[in-house]
Amino acid sequence: MRYLLRRFLHAAILLAGASVLAFLFTSLAPGNYFDEMRLNPQISSETLRALKAHYDIDKPLAVRYAVWLKSLANGEMGYSFAYNAPVEPLLLVRARNTLLLTITSTLLAWFIALPLGVWSAQYSGRWVDRVVTGASALLLVIPDIALGLGLLIFAVRTRWLPTGGMVSVGSEAMPFAAQWWDLLRHMILPVAILVLGAQPVLVRHVRSAVAEALEEGFVRAAAAHGIPRRRLLWRYALRAAANPLISLFGFSIGVLLSGSLLVEVITSWPGLGPFLLEAILARDLYVVIGGVLLSTVFLVGGNFIADVLLFWADPRIRTE
Amino acid sequence: MKSAPQRQRVIVTLLVLLHGIVLVGGFVAPYDPVRQDRDRPYAPPAGIHFADGQGKFHLRPFVYAQRLREGSFDQYEDDHSKLIPLKFFVSGASYRLLGVIPAKVHLFGADEETANLLGTDGYGRDLFSRIIHGGQISLFAGLLAAGVSLLVGTIVGSASGYLGGWTDSIAMRLAELCLALPWLYLLFGVRAFLPLLVSPVKAFLIVVTTIGVLGWARPARLVRGVALSAKERDFVRAAQGFGASNSYILRRHILPQTKSVILTQAAILIPQYILAEVTLSFLGLGIPEPAPSWGNLLSSLQQYSVLSSYWWMYLPAMAMVPFFFGYLALSSTLQEGRRAAKIDS
Repeated sequence: MRYLLRRFLHAAILLAGASVLAFLFTSLAPGNYFDEMRLNPQISSETLRALKAHYDIDKPLAVRYAVWLKSLANGEMGYSFAYNAPVEPLLLVRARNTLLLTITSTLLAWFIALPLGVWSAQYSGRWVDRVVTGASALLLVIPDIALGLGLLIFAVRTRWLPTGGMVSVGSEAMPFAAQWWDLLRHMILPVAILVLGAQPVLVRHVRSAVAEALEEGFVRAAAAHGIPRRRLLWRYALRAAANPLISLFGFSIGVLLSGSLLVEVITSWPGLGPFLLEAILARDLYVVIGGVLLSTVFLVGGNFIADVLLFWADPRIRTE
Repeated sequence: MKSAPQRQRVIVTLLVLLHGIVLVGGFVAPYDPVRQDRDRPYAPPAGIHFADGQGKFHLRPFVYAQRLREGSFDQYEDDHSKLIPLKFFVSGASYRLLGVIPAKVHLFGADEETANLLGTDGYGRDLFSRIIHGGQISLFAGLLAAGVSLLVGTIVGSASGYLGGWTDSIAMRLAELCLALPWLYLLFGVRAFLPLLVSPVKAFLIVVTTIGVLGWARPARLVRGVALSAKERDFVRAAQGFGASNSYILRRHILPQTKSVILTQAAILIPQYILAEVTLSFLGLGIPEPAPSWGNLLSSLQQYSVLSSYWWMYLPAMAMVPFFFGYLALSSTLQEGRRAAKIDS
């Protein structure tokens, strides 16, 4: 239990550090949301000053940070200039959509990569292995953006899949099951891009970890004892290979999160990505900070989940 | 199967060739990448032919002239009566070879009409020329950013590994923090606070330094690991015993040992950073028009009409693939080599 507590504290400290870092960057920034208003002759400099005072952006960094912390406690995370509303509710809606995409694609990617990796490790050097490693090498060479745009062109040309947004127009009026079906159809394209993009790295690691475990003495001994092949692979080798794979699981969440930023923009999925982009172009300070921090929360959270899994899977950590 | 050093040589040759083509881009590209031809928006790629409609064979390759289809403004058809022969080493738009030598000769081109081998974009600019010139910017950005990252990473990493103590703890906690942030979001966040509407040169510098500086953590950690083991070596101890200064030992004894780690990291970071520039420019946060970059060439695909009608606008994405292949192959052979070296020693 002390292990978990320590990992949790570690995660909390990382988050606190990240928020300080985010504020430091903002203080380095030249210009702010109200700079463009200064060019407008109808807005007097008094109004501007009042606005700045209202949003506390004329105060020094430490004060702004304290104010922000207080509003975080109130569930606001600062104030969006462009939306004229607290940041947190705005972010949470988008974050839910991003999470839907990220979690689905993480699970699906692993669901596909595990059997493929184990399979190709089992038949190392045979044609199954060659096809799998060849295909993942090919996918690795195609950058995410090329893959995404390529699939998008494919979807637009064939008209098999909806290519934009999360739901069709008028989906609120549909019956319940049809609504879910509609959402699912919209998810196919972004999830496919993310899963295909993450696939090669995952397959490679699973393959090498399992191949390494298959070389171990105890696996050979078990094989000599006549343990069936399937049981040997899934119960003996995969368990021995679990540790690096669980760490990779935490890492893969981060990769998919960053990947979904681009994929969301390409497929106009209403997640954090397009929202953040819009906020950057509008210089909506607190939305940007909130978006970056929320993504950090997801990543740190993912790593914490990996730590918990490790605790569950590896008895050596539990007895430590 | 070739041996590792042989394979490495093949890969390096491939990479040098690819970069060479882009480096002398002004020569390889037939036209000025920003020259517009408003009469030819979205002209499709012109196919290279050797045999004309009558079945007559031409030794010199040619393309057909394109004319707008009747009653349309973006549909072209080949004009089979009008052949445009392609010639080598024609003189055309002036450019500066390698950025310095003024020149006019291009690898190939046509005498009067324009021949757009990969079609044109919405302003009638030659896509082939834009891809080549865009490569100059994107590759240079990736290389430079990787250089910045490795420089910062090496300095911080070797100092922190060698000196130890509080320098080490502070640097490593910071590195951990930087690695904990999802880096594309971080890149976006930092980009948000830098000026948006700037000249291409300034935008280039902003993009390069942001990408480079934000990526310092991973190389720093790796270099630190090498420095930690290096400082226990006997010859380092001996140098210390002779009273060599810290900076001397770092320069002469520690840094040379980090070479292979740094090379491997470079092969990993360069494609990653090229992609970062492409992503930023694609989303309008990087190199602005009219200067071409692989990213902003692709950004027109964000419009549905372009996506559905003009497939050749996707070609810049394909241009990246051979480069990525080269770098990935290089990094995997380098890693193999390092693993083999470890087993040997």
